[in-house]
Amino acid sequence: MTGGMSNKYQLPRVRLENDLVAKYPAYDAGEALSEAARCLYCYDAPCTVACPTSIDIPEFIRRIATENVVGAADTILTANLLGASCARVCPVEVLCEGSCVYTGWGRKPIEIGRLQRYATDNGAGDVSFDKQPPTGFSVGLVGAGPASLACAGRLALLGHGAVIYEKSDIPGGLNATGIAPYKMQAPGAIEEAEFVESLGVSIETGVAIGEDITPEELLEKHDAIFLGVGLGGDSSLEVRGGDADGVIGAVEWIRGLKTGDTMSVHHVKSAAVIGGGNTALDAARELAQLGVEEVRLLYRRTVDRMPGYSHELAGARRDSVIVVTDTLVEEVVVEDGKAVALKLVRADNGQPTGENTGILPVDLVVVATGQARMRDLIESFPSVEVDGKGHIVTDPASGVTGNRLIFAGGDACNGGKEVVNAVDEGQRAARAIHELLIPGKQKESA
Amino acid sequence: MPDLSIDFAGIKSPNPFWLGSAPPTNSGDQIMRAFDEGWGGAVWKTLGNPIVNVSSRLGAVDYSGSKMLGLNNIELITDRPLEVNLREMTEVKKRYPDHAVIASLMVETREEWDELIKRSEDTGCDGLELNFGCPHGMCERGMGSAVGQEPRVLEELVHWVMETASIPVIVKLTPNIGDITEPGLAACKAGADAISLINTVQSLIGVDLDLLVPLPRVADGSTHGGYCGPAVKPIALRMVGVLARDPRINIPLSGIGGISDWRDAAEFIALGAGSVQVATAVMHHGFRIVRDMIDGLDNYLAEKKMKSVNELVGKAVPGFKEWGELDLNYHVVAEIDDNSCIGCQLCVVACHDGAHQCIHQPGVAAVPGHVAPMAEIAATRASRSAAEPYRVPWVDETECVGCNLCSLVCPVDGCITMAERRRYPEKETWNERVASGGAEIPGGIKDLPPRS
Ligand SMILES: Cc1cc2nc3c(=O)[nH]c(=O)nc-3n(C[C@H](O)[C@H](O)[C@H](O)COP(=O)(O)OP(=O)(O)OC[C@H]3O[C@@H](n4cnc5c(N)ncnc54)[C@H](O)[C@@H]3O)c2cc1C
Ligand SMILES: Cc1cc2nc3c(=O)[nH]c(=O)nc-3n(C[C@H](O)[C@H](O)[C@H](O)COP(=O)(O)O)c2cc1C
Ligand code: SF4
Ligand code: SF4
Ligand code: SF4
Repeated sequence: MTGGMSNKYQLPRVRLENDLVAKYPAYDAGEALSEAARCLYCYDAPCTVACPTSIDIPEFIRRIATENVVGAADTILTANLLGASCARVCPVEVLCEGSCVYTGWGRKPIEIGRLQRYATDNGAGDVSFDKQPPTGFSVGLVGAGPASLACAGRLALLGHGAVIYEKSDIPGGLNATGIAPYKMQAPGAIEEAEFVESLGVSIETGVAIGEDITPEELLEKHDAIFLGVGLGGDSSLEVRGGDADGVIGAVEWIRGLKTGDTMSVHHVKSAAVIGGGNTALDAARELAQLGVEEVRLLYRRTVDRMPGYSHELAGARRDSVIVVTDTLVEEVVVEDGKAVALKLVRADNGQPTGENTGILPVDLVVVATGQARMRDLIESFPSVEVDGKGHIVTDPASGVTGNRLIFAGGDACNGGKEVVNAVDEGQRAARAIHELLIPGKQKESA
Repeated sequence: MPDLSIDFAGIKSPNPFWLGSAPPTNSGDQIMRAFDEGWGGAVWKTLGNPIVNVSSRLGAVDYSGSKMLGLNNIELITDRPLEVNLREMTEVKKRYPDHAVIASLMVETREEWDELIKRSEDTGCDGLELNFGCPHGMCERGMGSAVGQEPRVLEELVHWVMETASIPVIVKLTPNIGDITEPGLAACKAGADAISLINTVQSLIGVDLDLLVPLPRVADGSTHGGYCGPAVKPIALRMVGVLARDPRINIPLSGIGGISDWRDAAEFIALGAGSVQVATAVMHHGFRIVRDMIDGLDNYLAEKKMKSVNELVGKAVPGFKEWGELDLNYHVVAEIDDNSCIGCQLCVVACHDGAHQCIHQPGVAAVPGHVAPMAEIAATRASRSAAEPYRVPWVDETECVGCNLCSLVCPVDGCITMAERRRYPEKETWNERVASGGAEIPGGIKDLPPRS
């Protein structure tokens, strides 16, 4: 996780994300030791309970404190194969660090994320994994996001063949294309995917399931399937002018920022981000940090109803993002095919009131009102169902779908949570798939 | 303002804080700077015939991110020419007539002792300290702790010195001995004016795990050294206390070993030390630490309404008893303050694995063989906050032996206190029980069933 460039997966060398500086510098050894020494080594520790992958946090921190960094990385990766990126991207404020006893005590929590990063950066390379002999079984995984990567890595360690099919040219899913660059840049996620490959997983990029390979062909080739397809494209802005130039979906814009070579914000003086979730907050903070003078977050309800994290909202305010609430866009004013302004109306509890609140001149409109679901693709798999919200229906403990040979996890099932949830669900599914393929053996291998 | 000045066996000093004989007292320049900073006295780095030193010489134990919890050295006595040391001592005494300057000495033959004592007295210094404590290098040559460990040799040597010396003589003892009262008594018998203790504790500080060579490394090896610093304070405190409470030892004591601040110093003084000496803490933080030592002791004495530091000397000695004199009917139990508990459960694991299994997590089912209605108490506790996970443990008083462990591990000040629950109002000691013939406790070897 040095952020160096991969030889196999190509990214443009100059990407706009390079302009965004890391949130925290990496710890040096002395800093890590002194922070580790502050950890109380709690018993039945609440930080571990709060971690979706149940990393034994006091244990790995103690190993850092005894200068057993490889052992610390081992503890982390044993519980969470993508511990290196989780260390950077997890919203620790609401997970482990939010539950640290120091937080409840009104003191600064242990910087668990940074310690985890220190351990994985400095120890993961030397961790030796216990790999089972080949079983002859093969599992096909759709999508190379965190859910599939974690699932495939575990399956490979259990001796199964694991082939990931990814429609994009680079692996990593949103972990590569969506994460705010000040947390992690795209090469970090790609490097982690290569680490998963080193465990015996093969990743075939540029292969779209449903187009290049049909679900039936996939079921024929493999003994079991895992669906880690994530969510679909950005929801569009359903108002007049909503399809003009200069109006772009947030996930698409962030992808361009992170992996494209044509992005620039030089021409942007005033940007509006529509939405109130974490994607909206990320986009707004990224624009502001890139130097856009006026960045407005337009949200249709009040601040306390915002689905985004309060620590991210506070961060956005620190970045000078102007937060405009109870506001809806009625129309995008278009000149020469280009968006130049937004007609705004006051909203009450998210619904338009008809009261005009003005015209906001803009050069860029980023739409962060949600991602579509991949209902069609999912339902093309036999006996796999989606619920009313478009989420794949699974048994949460095992990730098994209505088809006993097909499992699923990650955003496609949970509707869009965090990387660490995708990892957890992927790992659970790996255990369940192992149990399916080799019944009764689950306990022996962990 | 309380009076900090002391008269220690005839050696006058503006305060009880002296530099111990160690690198901070290598030279006159250092000692004068220390006096300017506020130190009341200094024991010069031990004088004797020239030696050679090795490099490196020091090693340390760091603990949990804190540096130099303990320090180990393999340094010998001064490596500067005697003449230079004596000249500087004269100069220091001339410039600082009111401060205590003490010459630490270590030589072999009687002639050498006589000569060095006279030469030292010529400088105008206030006292002599005989280094019978150095546990490495010098003892292999029959000096230092080789003397301190042989009470009879020590007694004879002190006799020689007392015949020659005309200024107060302090005998510095080594802790590397079974019973510290033996050399203490020997020094008294030989007529010494005072005793100082402790010198360093024999130690090997560590092993370099890459090179597999002990530390501190001198080329391809190392040797045992002397341990000092905060880690040795409890050892030193006990030894000072043992001599202080012994009625046969009736000369002043200078306390040394791990003293880093005014609190450490006050503890030594309360256990009978008339002056204290500091080495490691000054090597770690410099002479400036004495400012807070003076100020802190001042404030403490004022708070305790003591007019002079001399009032504090020995105040805690009556409380330093033999085990058999302790009150068996005194009993305490742990009490957790629900409001300050942060739920780390360190007390739970400590008591369960390392003590007496009587602190429980809320809602945890009863341990087999346990007498208290644990499940019920746990249930009431757990139900108190249905909203958030309730992690405040509870103490089963009927099982708590009052060992203190939980209160020692608890990270929150004052969260676990030990509440008094006397077993009986009257006091009873083990010695009293033995005297009254009631000391037999069932459950011993006699009560074992026959072997099968
Ligand atoms: C802007 C943004 C910022 C975020 N920031 C954070 C953060 O800071 N911290 C955090 O923990 N989480 C964050 N998340 C959420 C996190 O990225 C996701 O929860 C996580 O990546 C979900 O993993 P996944 O494997 O389920 O899906 P994805 O990461 O979406 O991966 C799905 C993969 O499947 C591929 N795919 C889809 N269909 C096909 C097909 N038919 N054939 C082949 N491949 C296919 C896709 O190309 C993609 O690579 C963020 C999300 C967004 C949108
Ligand atoms: C590097 C070093 C050298 C020492 N040299 C001497 C010495 O020459 N003579 C002596 O009597 N004690 C010597 N000591 C022992 C100290 O005077 C003192 O007794 C011991 O360090 C305990 O006190 P402390 O814990 O404050 O350091 C030395 C200690 C150190 C660390
Ligand atoms: S809760 Fe905080 S202090 Fe306790 S083990 Fe976890 S990180 Fe350490
Ligand atoms: S005092 Fe000792 S026995 Fe009592 S609760 Fe605390 S640790 Fe347990
Ligand atoms: S050690 Fe102290 S703070 Fe931690 S659970 Fe026990 S009583 Fe509470």
